Amino acid sequence: MDSPPTPEQEPRRYGRRLFLATVAGGVSSLYWGKAAWDHVTGVISPVANAVAPILPTGGWRIYTISGHMPEFDPATWRLKIGGLVEKPLSLTYDELRALPHVQQVSTFHCVTGWTVENVHWGGVRLDDVLGPARPQASGRALRFVSMEVPYVDYLTVPQASLRDVMLAYEMDGKPLAREHGAPVRLVIPEMYGYKNVKWLQAIDVVPEAVNGYWEDLGYDRNAWVGRSNGYGT
Amino acid sequence: MKPGYVRRFSPVERLLHWVNAAGFFFLLVTGLILYLPSLSMLVSRRQTIQGIHFWGGVGWLAALAGVLLLGGRRLLATARELDSFDGDDLRWLRGRGAPQGRFNAGQKINAVLTAAFTILFGVSGLLLWFGEEDTRYRFASTVILHDGVMYVSLALLVGHLYLALIHPATRHALRGMTLGSVSADWAARHHAKWRPE
Repeated sequence: MDSPPTPEQEPRRYGRRLFLATVAGGVSSLYWGKAAWDHVTGVISPVANAVAPILPTGGWRIYTISGHMPEFDPATWRLKIGGLVEKPLSLTYDELRALPHVQQVSTFHCVTGWTVENVHWGGVRLDDVLGPARPQASGRALRFVSMEVPYVDYLTVPQASLRDVMLAYEMDGKPLAREHGAPVRLVIPEMYGYKNVKWLQAIDVVPEAVNGYWEDLGYDRNAWVGRSNGYGT
Repeated sequence: MKPGYVRRFSPVERLLHWVNAAGFFFLLVTGLILYLPSLSMLVSRRQTIQGIHFWGGVGWLAALAGVLLLGGRRLLATARELDSFDGDDLRWLRGRGAPQGRFNAGQKINAVLTAAFTILFGVSGLLLWFGEEDTRYRFASTVILHDGVMYVSLALLVGHLYLALIHPATRHALRGMTLGSVSADWAARHHAKWRPE
């Protein structure tokens, strides 16, 4: 030990290199992380799909804006269709479920960057709910009102008429769970999650789309996935 | 100090460790409430928890910075120890037994990664917070970075807790981080090149 160190024994400053490489890798991942992650999940998706049910989150994060998550009581819950309509409606849960049932598989994108692929939704198309109320021609937008007050959001009629927009009361083969917006939520896969209003209690036909809850806080009204909120613009 | 014992960690080193540990656990708990649906359901008040998590993180970084300032040159000397890897360290990492200093090579890597992850938690956390209100701070990958660093940190933590609390050969080291001293025999076996003052 007392002999002078051989070159091989010369201490090297690997610690700072590891530190700087880790920080640099991490910070630069802000630019490549999602692409890399999407690639990885693409490669391992058969495995991931098998594992997903036992993972604690399944990829979802639950956002609420109030202190109390709404609770669904089939006895008292109604979906009210109102605003600029000829015939306001009030649907019970059973009446909603009696409407023509549709299913679709779509990907859910949150504006904060997480994504859940291949969500199986079951529910009804908006037209089947709104049609019987006979919306007036002056109504060019829809207001979706959540039981979680004061959460509301709006879609223009063309946006709401996109092929895979629906009101979902089932998710992955089961009744929509409380944290996902029971009994029924809006699903518009083309837009970020905050437009997919949970815990619906009313849909109003209104003259035009204005700011919803998150739009008042600076998010884009037209929340196209990949083309809004600072992404791809 | 008890006879037969030698001092391994100075008070400021221990302070740095425990401030970091306390902050990490606080942020882990509040972060999991935001992350796991079952816990989110239970606690519900997302906005409040998010604020607590964010300001807890700011407090954690500020406290760490305070300890670093307090430690000054003493902690700089510790950092130099962690920075430097000699031939024995590299041999040790390859699984061939080699005498180690006050920190073995694995402890050095753990400390270096923990420090780097603190920076990455801080950067991604600030971006998540300010990105909510301003698209200039919004990156599609921020949440992946924040979560990814969390997963790797958690894996390191599990290994760290196993070695510090359970593994019979190494758990004596916990005493060094609580009381500051370890037995001289143990030190000679595990850290043969270390010459305690």
